[in-house]
Amino acid sequence: MGVLLYLVPAALTLGLLGLGAFMWSLRSGQYEDLDGAAVRVLADDDLADGEPAVGAGRR
Amino acid sequence: MGAQVIALPAAARRAPVAAPAGEATQDYSLFLRHDPGGETEMAFAVEGIDCAACIDEIEDGAEALPGVARARLNYTTHRLTVGWQAGAEAKPAELLAALARLGYRAYPFEADRLEEIENATSRHLLRCLAVAGFAMMNIMLLSVSVWSGNVTDITPETRDFFHWLSALIALPAAAYAGQPFFQSAFRALKARSLNMDVPITLGVLLALGVSVFETLNSAQHAYFDSAVMLLFFLLTGRYLDHAMRRKTRAEAGNLAALKATRANRIEPDGSLVTVPAAAIRPGDEVMLRAGERAPVDGVVLSGAAAVDESLVTGETLPRAVAAGESVHAGSLVHDGVLRLRTTAVGEDTFLDEIERLLDRASTARGRYIRLADRAARLYAPMVHTTALLSLIGWLVAGASVHHAVLIAVAVLIITCPCALALAVPAVQVVAAGALMRAGVLLNSGDTFERLAEVDTVAFDKTGTLTLPEPRLANEDAVPAHLLDVAARLALASTHPLARAVALARPGAVAPAELAEVPGAGVEGEIDGVPARLGSPVFCRCEALAARIAAGAPDASLVAVRLGEECAVLKVRQALRPDARAVIDTLRRAGRHVVLISGDRREAVAPVAAELSIEDWWAEARPADKIAVLDSLSAARRRVLMVGDGLNDAPSLASAHVSLSPITAADVTRAHADAVFLGERLAPVLTALAVSARARHLMRQNLMIAVIYNFIAVPLAIAGYVTPLVAALAMSGSSVIVTLNALRARLGTRGGN
Repeated sequence: MGVLLYLVPAALTLGLLGLGAFMWSLRSGQYEDLDGAAVRVLADDDLADGEPAVGAGRR
Repeated sequence: MGAQVIALPAAARRAPVAAPAGEATQDYSLFLRHDPGGETEMAFAVEGIDCAACIDEIEDGAEALPGVARARLNYTTHRLTVGWQAGAEAKPAELLAALARLGYRAYPFEADRLEEIENATSRHLLRCLAVAGFAMMNIMLLSVSVWSGNVTDITPETRDFFHWLSALIALPAAAYAGQPFFQSAFRALKARSLNMDVPITLGVLLALGVSVFETLNSAQHAYFDSAVMLLFFLLTGRYLDHAMRRKTRAEAGNLAALKATRANRIEPDGSLVTVPAAAIRPGDEVMLRAGERAPVDGVVLSGAAAVDESLVTGETLPRAVAAGESVHAGSLVHDGVLRLRTTAVGEDTFLDEIERLLDRASTARGRYIRLADRAARLYAPMVHTTALLSLIGWLVAGASVHHAVLIAVAVLIITCPCALALAVPAVQVVAAGALMRAGVLLNSGDTFERLAEVDTVAFDKTGTLTLPEPRLANEDAVPAHLLDVAARLALASTHPLARAVALARPGAVAPAELAEVPGAGVEGEIDGVPARLGSPVFCRCEALAARIAAGAPDASLVAVRLGEECAVLKVRQALRPDARAVIDTLRRAGRHVVLISGDRREAVAPVAAELSIEDWWAEARPADKIAVLDSLSAARRRVLMVGDGLNDAPSLASAHVSLSPITAADVTRAHADAVFLGERLAPVLTALAVSARARHLMRQNLMIAVIYNFIAVPLAIAGYVTPLVAALAMSGSSVIVTLNALRARLGTRGGN
């Protein structure tokens, strides 16, 4: 049963990491605008004007 | 690629909207927030956001302005927050103009304190939910090992280790995630009453206590997983309930900003400044022009005008006011200019009588007990008695104290209202979403339950059965070319009746040279022929007007003259386009329909006749309306009141449940249980249909929870409930109830 000595702490640490990540996302306001996040992913604001979007050139 | 496909047509089709009236200086200082770093921030509610491309367009448009440091649009709540750089002067008017050029109407917005509190509570619930979820998953991992070990070859040492580890996770987690329930239960007990949180708290604490005791004694079973799972499911229900209320509140906040009235304040130096009505203080002088609504209560200092008080009293004929007389907030100025000294602002603008009636009506309303609370009141004592009886029963039957206590705790855990706590909120969330899509916004969570019980619908006339703005009534009887002339002339006037005439010919162009004769009408030349639009006297056709007036006592008359020809136009409050259909449908569904109006008999009778409503009351003062509602409820009828005027506010508050159109007076909207958008009356039907379905599902869910208890409780009393059985039963019933709630959505989609 020696395996438990490192498996249990490992499992707990992973869980706590997940919890910490959730708390961070909550605090940084990522749950304030759920609909907006869904559509902002479509925005091309990282491209300079005139540069074609990826995929558009393939047609 | 997809974004561009969407973006281009959206941008191309959007036409600029008219910029907000700009003749007077605008003062937005009330809405600006200064942070310690020197930045200035202001929030706006934005209208007309309908696609993903709007986000970029609005944010880029705002950030292009000089001095703007950042602009962030919240797509969910349709609110834009703009920050101005430290040192730069904030220019909200410039921003509003820029957005208007892009085709969006924006309104200064101030989040109210209540919304802030709701947001904070919601975030706290989500944190609790996260902690409970983390604890539940990790403990379940350990518990499953113990359960499978118990039937195979786990050593007592390993089992104890796992139980101690579970305790280490469960105790702090429950202490944190259980706060909402512990606090609420404590408050209830302090007030010497019981709510749903009392059995929950008791169940969780006992389960944890017994588990620690069992762990100390190296027993086979511990209930840490049940306690934490219980908290997780209950918090889910609580969060859903909260999310629904928060969403409707955000929506209501936007509406308040969109509807916020502006006032023209006369500064001490005589200049005119446009400020939000909230910035006006009693004693300030305010200018009111034709076509504007009074933002405050006031006494006329100078000027004379006809004011339409239909929103205040329901009376449709305008009243003439002169210096020394008082004007109430919500009155619409027909013609002329008034200078008012403000006597009351904001909440204080209630008429005394209305305020008194409102107080009385709202206390009466407080007596309604929600379905879930009614269930809780029945439930809590029953659960505790059952647990106590099984404890005594087992002791009498000769079991050890230890064994008897374990069984009593198992009963408490298994009866903990997991499904019960999810049964109502889950349905509410789904149904509120369905209603929101249909254009009905809820003010309170128990609206569904009360709407579903309605068997009588009482309508107000002015602004509810009829459209809030008057319409031309005899379009067919007027020669077409005269109507064209009338519409062109009407464009030049701000008189509300002129607006109704202009609406009859949407594409009309105003003639170049026009003169407005105060109190009479407009005069100009069309194709070289002199033309006039205004009162019958002004157009010299009194005889024709008198003949038409005899046949339509409830209409206002506007005359038009072109050279030698003349015609008289009847303008009156037109029925909502689907009023007849809605009332017929209500009647077919077996609901009693009544009409209660504050307007004159001659104006109410034709409407009642047209809609074939047999029971109607006219010239009803607010107290009379309440008396009618009381007599209906004395006859054991559950009344839905639909109204919009300030005079309806007390009756809306005293009716079993109430609805008001979005155009209603502010006070009235605040007292209605739900608000509906648009020109049609159909949302009333949708609201009734969705709530009937929602209540049916809520009851069904409560029934499922009861059946679950009927199966689970005897098992627990007999002593067969191990932690494994408890876990399966709890999650099973919760999932069934949630899935059942989703059917509220399926039903409405078919209905639309």
